Amino acid sequence: MTEQQPVPGTQAGLLQAELREQRAAARTGGDPELQREAPEKRPFSFGRWFKATGWRHLVGIVVVAFALFPIVFVISSSLNPKGTLTGSNALFSQIGFDAYARILTNPDVPFTTWFANTLIIAGITAILTVFLGSLAAYAFSRMRFTGRRFGLVSIVVIQMFPQMLAVVAIFLVMTAISDWFPAIGLNTHIGLIMVYLGGALGVNTYLMYGYFNTIPASIDEAAKIDGAGHARIFFTIILRLVAPILAVVALLSFIFTVNEYVVASVILIDTEKQTLAVGLVKLVSNPRYADWAAFSAGAVIAALPVVLLFLYLQKYIVGGLSAGAVK
Amino acid sequence: MSITTDEDVTAESVPPPTKRQRRAASIADAASGGLRTILIKMVLIGIVDAIALYAIFILALQQDWIVLGVVAVVTAIVNWIYFSRRKLPAKYLTPGVIFLVLFQVFVVVYTGYIAFTNYGTGHNGSKEQAVSSLMAASLERVPDSPTYGVTVVDQLGTLGLLVTDPDGEVSVGTNEQPLQEVQGAELENGKAVAVDGWTSLSFQDVIARTDEITELAVPFSDDPNDGAIRTPDGSNGYLYTSTLEYDEAAGTMTDLTSGTVYTDQGTGAFVAEDGEELRPGWQITVGFDNFVRAVTDSRLAGPLIYVTLWTFAFALISVASTFFLGLFLALVFNDMRMRGRRFYRIAMILPYAIPSFLSALVWAGMMNESFGFINQVLLGGASVPWLTDPTVAKISVLIVNLWLGFPYMFLVCTGALQSIPEDVNEAATVDGASPWQTFRLIKLPLLLVSVAPLLIASFAFNFNNFNVIYMLTNGGPRDTDAPIPVGFTDILISMVYKVAFTGQNRDYGLAAAYSVIIFIVVATISIIAFRRTKSLEEIN
Repeated sequence: MTEQQPVPGTQAGLLQAELREQRAAARTGGDPELQREAPEKRPFSFGRWFKATGWRHLVGIVVVAFALFPIVFVISSSLNPKGTLTGSNALFSQIGFDAYARILTNPDVPFTTWFANTLIIAGITAILTVFLGSLAAYAFSRMRFTGRRFGLVSIVVIQMFPQMLAVVAIFLVMTAISDWFPAIGLNTHIGLIMVYLGGALGVNTYLMYGYFNTIPASIDEAAKIDGAGHARIFFTIILRLVAPILAVVALLSFIFTVNEYVVASVILIDTEKQTLAVGLVKLVSNPRYADWAAFSAGAVIAALPVVLLFLYLQKYIVGGLSAGAVK
Repeated sequence: MSITTDEDVTAESVPPPTKRQRRAASIADAASGGLRTILIKMVLIGIVDAIALYAIFILALQQDWIVLGVVAVVTAIVNWIYFSRRKLPAKYLTPGVIFLVLFQVFVVVYTGYIAFTNYGTGHNGSKEQAVSSLMAASLERVPDSPTYGVTVVDQLGTLGLLVTDPDGEVSVGTNEQPLQEVQGAELENGKAVAVDGWTSLSFQDVIARTDEITELAVPFSDDPNDGAIRTPDGSNGYLYTSTLEYDEAAGTMTDLTSGTVYTDQGTGAFVAEDGEELRPGWQITVGFDNFVRAVTDSRLAGPLIYVTLWTFAFALISVASTFFLGLFLALVFNDMRMRGRRFYRIAMILPYAIPSFLSALVWAGMMNESFGFINQVLLGGASVPWLTDPTVAKISVLIVNLWLGFPYMFLVCTGALQSIPEDVNEAATVDGASPWQTFRLIKLPLLLVSVAPLLIASFAFNFNNFNVIYMLTNGGPRDTDAPIPVGFTDILISMVYKVAFTGQNRDYGLAAAYSVIIFIVVATISIIAFRRTKSLEEIN
């Protein structure tokens, strides 16, 4: 990435053309004639600085304020020991961790259970999505078979219909399944994960497929000559080489599942089984529950792992996004 | 989507393998597998088969022959694929495809089917179920009923009654199974207390499951008019008959107390002459009724039209606003000389990193009319109805979605801008173009080529952006004129959800019909978009 090159302080405020001249001067440093032609370093001028980069900082400050103020607000109200919504308006007027204690220990609000449910459901879904998707991507990338093109196209087309549009049918199918096998039907985590796995092939397969294609096939062939079968090539060679894209797909799937409300709210009925999205929405929609500070604390705790993962894998995600994924 | 790499070349230059080569390859594969691989494979397929066998057993018990057939066929295919020497691609594709077919393809088809039924509250099951639940709901104790000796028994979690009638005959039955005579019951003081195949409940169990036991109504025979045995205390049973009388031949229900006759007029319920309906009814196919109702019923058509318009407006404005803000910021921060760009960048990415359902809930708090931060602090105590006025609420939704979406566009545009070579800029400058001209005539078109597919994807995403609508305004403010729970900021998908799962009457049929309408809209847009971007050409 070019933009991460360090910008020496002396160059700040210089226009592009001047920069080039200076560089040229530096390159031809030995020639006294050219050196004399190079411009003198001009004194700092606020006007020139403002015209070049200063206004950009102004825009930056405005945008950062817009981007951060809900975040600052929610952190502030989570630190408010006994906050209603009104009480949260004076930012950082009081600081304490009572709200965190309340949300974590309130017997009526099984926040930790929701949190654990979310992590379990999103984690397993992410792992299985990556596994199923990479199996498919491997087949599409490395094998030539009849129906391959048709398969690729139909995955794109099918994927265009968002699953949540079929939520009524999903609900009725899961109800029918619970008549036969209550263990994987309505109100079970396994059932919800199975529904999410319906989307395991799809955009993810595409991201992975593109990446698999960049791994030279000669590696497979060399392994094959050494006597490795397709399964060994896939599990011990290819999967290691494509690890970055697996991480990206896993993270995108994880974030999607954490965010998913429609299907989760329909399938998970008992409070104890629900995810954070379903539970927290119910929590704030109850007008009698005025403990805004506790909700804020819950929101901060819930957002933290996702934000940290996101920032940690930022570079890869940006690459993945430009390759066609949408959050 | 940049999907194509060198595969077109390889596909053309390498001739398809001959039969001999393929056989050699499969032998090599098998030889390389080794004992361990084969064992793992056997164990995995064994587990799958065991689960399938169990499923078939359960389905046979419940006599769901169609589902049983599907399970059997799928299991057979799976075994065939994994035991075959060939079918290598299928081995890799099958697991994902099974889920795709069941939870993506099948549910879409099933949505289409539901759209043609009256499925919903009060129309959940078959006609027999409706009849028996109507009869059961109107059971009344026969005044001079004899007393039956009763023992509560359990079979695999299903409660039943072991009944000794006054003549000493013993029979057993459950809510679903009418009484059947049994032999060899264990008697105690002339009352049967245990029988093979059933576990008798102890006194403590009876106390613990009182609620279930008082719900028990064991039909006397297959004819629901014969009544049922119920027990108030778990040891004595009485005959209860329904105040409704069902005449199967005529298809009528007669209320014995009032004499009203309810007939089946093909609407999925028993209806009296004055239009009164007995609930529950049953599920029937209603043809295009739901669609016709959605489009022609004036109280439904109005909401459908303004919700559709708003959905398009919301999606278009969201894409446009996030794109232009993102592009503007990408241009502003794409300057090498500017310091601290990393800091700005991370600060701007944060809204995108936070799960959107949380951000929307936080915004809903901040936009609260009387207590929210925006009115109280930023506007110094104003009372702008951010979420409660139809028009202002729409603007609020757009603002919040701008906040949620601009970081994505910023990232995408920054990437696209940096991939445009610097020479382009220099050449334009040499030719005397102003920076604005360079941008508008050269950079923007180049940028749009790479960003256009993402804009289409973003439109499709926002078209169904349920979370921001539902968490922020819950679709509100509510439209009180509409018979369905719809509001002025609802988009199509949130309307489907609310029609199906909130409110007094769940109307799955109508919701599914709305889904089908959205499917058609989304499919049309996608096809047009695909033709335009020609991204399919890359897939070869």
